[in-house]
Amino acid sequence: MNQSSIEQLKKTPLNARHRALGARMVPFAGWDMPVEYSGIVNEHLAVRTKAGLFDVSHMGQIELAGKDALAAVQKVSTRDAAKLSVGQAQYSALTTSEGTFIDDLVVYRLAAEHYLLVVNAGNIEKAYRWIVDHTRDVGDVAVVNSSSRYALLAVQGPAALEIVQQLTTIELSSIKYYWFAHGEVAGVRSIISRTGYTGEDGFELYIPPASAERLWNTILETGAAAGIAPVGLGARDTLRLEAGIHLSGQDMDETTTVLEADLGWIVGWKKDDFIGKATLERQKAGGLERKLVGFEVTAPGIARHGYKAYAGGGEGAVTSGTQTPLLKKAVGLAYLPIGATVIGTEFEIDIRGRRTPARVISRQFYKRSGS
Amino acid sequence: MYPADRRYTKDHEWITVNGTHGRVGITDYAQKQLGDVVFVELPEVGRGVTQGQAAGTIESVKAVSELFSPVSGKVINVNATLASKPETVNKDPHGTWLFDIELSSPGEVDTLLTSDQYAEFVK
Repeated sequence: MNQSSIEQLKKTPLNARHRALGARMVPFAGWDMPVEYSGIVNEHLAVRTKAGLFDVSHMGQIELAGKDALAAVQKVSTRDAAKLSVGQAQYSALTTSEGTFIDDLVVYRLAAEHYLLVVNAGNIEKAYRWIVDHTRDVGDVAVVNSSSRYALLAVQGPAALEIVQQLTTIELSSIKYYWFAHGEVAGVRSIISRTGYTGEDGFELYIPPASAERLWNTILETGAAAGIAPVGLGARDTLRLEAGIHLSGQDMDETTTVLEADLGWIVGWKKDDFIGKATLERQKAGGLERKLVGFEVTAPGIARHGYKAYAGGGEGAVTSGTQTPLLKKAVGLAYLPIGATVIGTEFEIDIRGRRTPARVISRQFYKRSGS
Repeated sequence: MYPADRRYTKDHEWITVNGTHGRVGITDYAQKQLGDVVFVELPEVGRGVTQGQAAGTIESVKAVSELFSPVSGKVINVNATLASKPETVNKDPHGTWLFDIELSSPGEVDTLLTSDQYAEFVK
């Protein structure tokens, strides 16, 4: 990569901190991001056994406010946002009229008529344009891309609560999963959200960018005794895959529907309408031709993104795959012909020219105890 | 940093040679670039390999890369302990061998980099 293209990459407020910590930096969705600090395996295990601190400030924030904010959210997001109380969040999707993905997102109800939508870094502009274009006729709602107003830190792992609790007077154990509170963390004004992308308990802290470096340093110092480690995008990917969580743009995109991605649970079938609802209803009634499944490779070898699968007399494709650092086995996600998607089905993956046996298993490869 | 008792390739393998017997591994630079190694696929014993051609694969958590043979010849032994402990490639790259080879053209060794040349190459 030459100098000019490095300069074009966007930087989070913590860019200098990552470099000072010796992170290996890579371009990701237009951002200059840390992929690893001490090594992916070490960071992955830190999150599973102790705690990890992530800079995910590259994520995008889009806010909708006004009398008709709920109607606007209902139109563009698949899930029923009317069920959200103030202080609650939900995982959902922005879909095309074909029921395919613009992006997945988390919808926060900040106030009665004020919603915060968190989208993926590579899709901020696209998602923002999509929402603006499709809510023009909704009525009284302002749509604002407020991504530059937030830095986002994630503290994840079994020790996350104990670490963050030392820095705030908010009673963290009273915040339920996928709920949030407003409060100060180490004196920094935060949205304290009990959410994450790792399969562990933890918190995501939406904070002013100017305070990001101070809070980052304070969390690392406070969590040192509990063994907290800074964690990069490399382990973020292995953690989410091991927990069976989709990656937008890789496991689903504008060519795959919400049902094909096996995310029917985020479709608000009973709400009035949303973009793509009619198509999804037809697909639900008519049946799927393919579906995303979890798999394990049952012979030596690791299946990776883009590898071809042969199942049930047809073809499929691996969308994510790795050898997971905790389970130490090769697992992944793949679209397979519907007849081959039952748990236990044996199929084959072309691993660099060699047909390698694999088996469909539950995609929640790792499940934390107590969850 | 890079031991002088062996030769190196621009693909980041090393080879020690004793007569027509060679022993192959990957360099510290290579293991750092790869990150945590989780799977090593070695050539079958008895297989013929050609200098500069793929002889196996090394996979880290994030990527797969090919292992090239530094010289031509026949594979006579592979390090079976790597199947269960691939991480030793990261811990001790210059002390961890991958496969042994009976050289068919020992003169090829002279085409490889010395430790000084390799150190310069990866600088």
